[in-house]
Amino acid sequence: MSILGKLSLDAIPLHEPILIATFCGVALGGLILAFLLIKYNLLGTLWKNWITSVDHKRLGVMYIVLALVMLLRGFADAVMMRLQLALSTNGGDGYLPPHHYDQVFTAHGVIMIIFMAMPFMIGLMNIVLPLQIGARDVAFPFLNNLSFWLTAGGAILVNISLFVGEFAKTGWVAYPPLAGLEFSPDVGVDYYIWALQISGIGTTLTAVNFLATVFKMRAPGMKLMDMPIFTWTCTWANILIAASFPILTVTLALLTLDRYLDFHFFTNDGGGNSMMYINLFWAWGHPEVYILVLPAFGIFSEVVSTFTGKRLFGHKSMIWASGAISILGFIVWLHHFFTMGSSANVNAFFGMATMVIAVPTGVKLFNWLFTMYRGRLRVTVPVLWTLGFMVTFTIGGMTGVLLAVPGADYVLHNSLFLIAHFHNTIIGGAVFGYLAGFVFWFPKVMGFKLNEKLGKAAFWCWLVGFFLAFMPLYVLGFLGMTRRLNHTDNPDWNIWLYIALVGAFVIMAGIISQLLQLYVSFRDRKDNLDTTGDPWNAHTLEWATSSPPQSYNFAVIPTVSDIDAFTDMKEKGEAYVRKDSYAPIHMPKNTASGILISGCVTVMGFALIWHIWWLAALGLFGSFVFLVIRAYTKDVDYYVQPDEIARTENAYLDSVAKG
Amino acid sequence: MSTTHMNTHDAHDEHHDHDPAPHNVFGFWLYLMTDCLLFATIFATYAVLFMNTAGGVSGKDIFELDFVLVETALLLVSSITYGFAMICAHKKDKKGTMSWLSVTFLLGAGFIGMEIYEFHHLIVHGNGPQASAFLSAFFTLVGTHGLHVTAGLIWMAILMIELTVSGFGSRTVTRLSCLSLFWHFLDVIWICVFTVVYLMGAI
Repeated sequence: MSILGKLSLDAIPLHEPILIATFCGVALGGLILAFLLIKYNLLGTLWKNWITSVDHKRLGVMYIVLALVMLLRGFADAVMMRLQLALSTNGGDGYLPPHHYDQVFTAHGVIMIIFMAMPFMIGLMNIVLPLQIGARDVAFPFLNNLSFWLTAGGAILVNISLFVGEFAKTGWVAYPPLAGLEFSPDVGVDYYIWALQISGIGTTLTAVNFLATVFKMRAPGMKLMDMPIFTWTCTWANILIAASFPILTVTLALLTLDRYLDFHFFTNDGGGNSMMYINLFWAWGHPEVYILVLPAFGIFSEVVSTFTGKRLFGHKSMIWASGAISILGFIVWLHHFFTMGSSANVNAFFGMATMVIAVPTGVKLFNWLFTMYRGRLRVTVPVLWTLGFMVTFTIGGMTGVLLAVPGADYVLHNSLFLIAHFHNTIIGGAVFGYLAGFVFWFPKVMGFKLNEKLGKAAFWCWLVGFFLAFMPLYVLGFLGMTRRLNHTDNPDWNIWLYIALVGAFVIMAGIISQLLQLYVSFRDRKDNLDTTGDPWNAHTLEWATSSPPQSYNFAVIPTVSDIDAFTDMKEKGEAYVRKDSYAPIHMPKNTASGILISGCVTVMGFALIWHIWWLAALGLFGSFVFLVIRAYTKDVDYYVQPDEIARTENAYLDSVAKG
Repeated sequence: MSTTHMNTHDAHDEHHDHDPAPHNVFGFWLYLMTDCLLFATIFATYAVLFMNTAGGVSGKDIFELDFVLVETALLLVSSITYGFAMICAHKKDKKGTMSWLSVTFLLGAGFIGMEIYEFHHLIVHGNGPQASAFLSAFFTLVGTHGLHVTAGLIWMAILMIELTVSGFGSRTVTRLSCLSLFWHFLDVIWICVFTVVYLMGAI
């Protein structure tokens, strides 16, 4: 074996025109970006204020940028698949050969779940959660930076696989024995393993960090049950992460041992049991979908409450409903494979546990409806997303209950009905939620509001496009079409596949509207400035700061005596109060350790994928050295001085007074 | 684990708090819970696969309880000696802390040495992890614990260097406390390994 392991020039897919064109596009885009950064002398700023930042708000922005970039990549995969299926129905071959198509659907799933939805959710949580509980940052700011860069490292590996070697051809679940060495001898599954492993460890650390934050750093007076609902749903999600991501870590590690050291966990021979993998995978995978959707529920709650101008109906029941969903989410994993052949009683248990989840979810829907009842709902873009969600998600939830009937599942298992169902809940639930949160908190982060007209256009395109793209898949499922088909020959399916393709293009129009919205809003930002820090007349503490918030968030940590802490402050006249003097504020310093450690880990991952053992050892050693250096760095904090705080606060309060 | 921290939960206490222990130790507890689930998953895997010997050896054929008992004793005693080290650390007794840490280190290293010997012995007799699903699960479960102990030893060595070079700094006791939690946690895991793998396997 050569010094570069399995890596050679053959790994570059020169024979794939689509990949070469993509590579040229990405390279050109990267060069233009690099040129612009150098021309406007922004590299230093990027490094000092962003890459090395330990500020939770900036890390949140970086997470969301990562999520949006990966959304574009994952969506490109989606359009490619829809196009292939529309072209190859009725006996055609289409334009994507199976080995390429299989990578596309695998990458689409992995990217959308792990590198789009997760960073989007964690990004919003980063920005909002510490502000909502009146904290200056998270419990471990450096760890937060490290978590981000581990997530980014995983994303980088997935993207490298596009141009060096290949990605897994197994579907995003990578079930063995297909994902084992015998049937997937190439590096695709190894890219999958290390991308997920590295980002998954980052996610686990994030959960530890944010749990410590909510339990230890709430503003005085804020009892646990008084925490804002978004913070609560994120907390449940973090509990789920802490309890389920270790399962993913182990599952991937066992698959790694099978593939690298010839162990027999999931192999056909040697006593291995591939159903073990499938059980473990979903013991993580099912809680994972609640990790994605619970914070979205929190966003909808904040939006409904803010734009009706009322307190959220049933704040406590919302917290307990989220808790019930979290716990039930752990005892339903088997519904992903009723066809495994467990006894009828086992299937019945998991079927019923699954259906029971509809109850706390229903509680939530009624809470939102009762909040709106006799309220004066302002129909803004976040509200549109919320209303769209309530309709769409209800449909997705009901098809879920249908799939939870084991008998029905035997017919619909792995059909397009299932694909329609989970896109119905993940897009209609999680993605709509994140997009609502994006518009809702955008002025807080950037200091100006997003363009309303283009926001509405984006919403309607997404909503209509979603129904056009996915309702046909329910029909196709009933017509017997299974997932992951490369080409088909059934005239009955044609029209539905064509409609689905049109839907994908309508969603594309929605995404283009959003990009335009960002551009136009940035161009016209002077007209839409948020000078008060509270553009929506909202209820919670994140709006009690300037927009964008000061690096230290709160000059004086507020004392909380109500669930809607900021509304309470406004009513009592305690908001926007000028102080005569301020105490110095203790803050953490930025650090390059996060990107250095995760850089080494990413290099290690790449080296392990290609069996470049010396480089893997070097990467591991490097990350260890940087970790120790970080542990013994003394210069990790500084104080913001009172005169500087007074200047910042007075400027903010002047801007509030001007309106 | 992060070492920076801010004490922000008290509006009336804006002073620099020199003891970041509460957050760090609590955060480390949370991390240990995730590690606990990691082990739980491997235990579950072992429980599913331990009968799958693929016609090869089972636990009964390869476990030597006397050997494992000595191994177990080394690790359990090392938990006690670490406890003594912590008592000295709280008194800021550098010499006492160093001595007890050294004893703990030697006991831990002895445990790892015996484990490596056991693994080596099994592998040369053709009972390596590639032989069957049972042996894959056995090596992974015991080996993951072993890797954790090894990481603990490296961490301990680093803290001993820290103590020697700069004595008790503001964060030293916190760090020792975290490692202490880690070390005792690994003892608890080992008791489960000893019971579930060795005792139940040898019956």
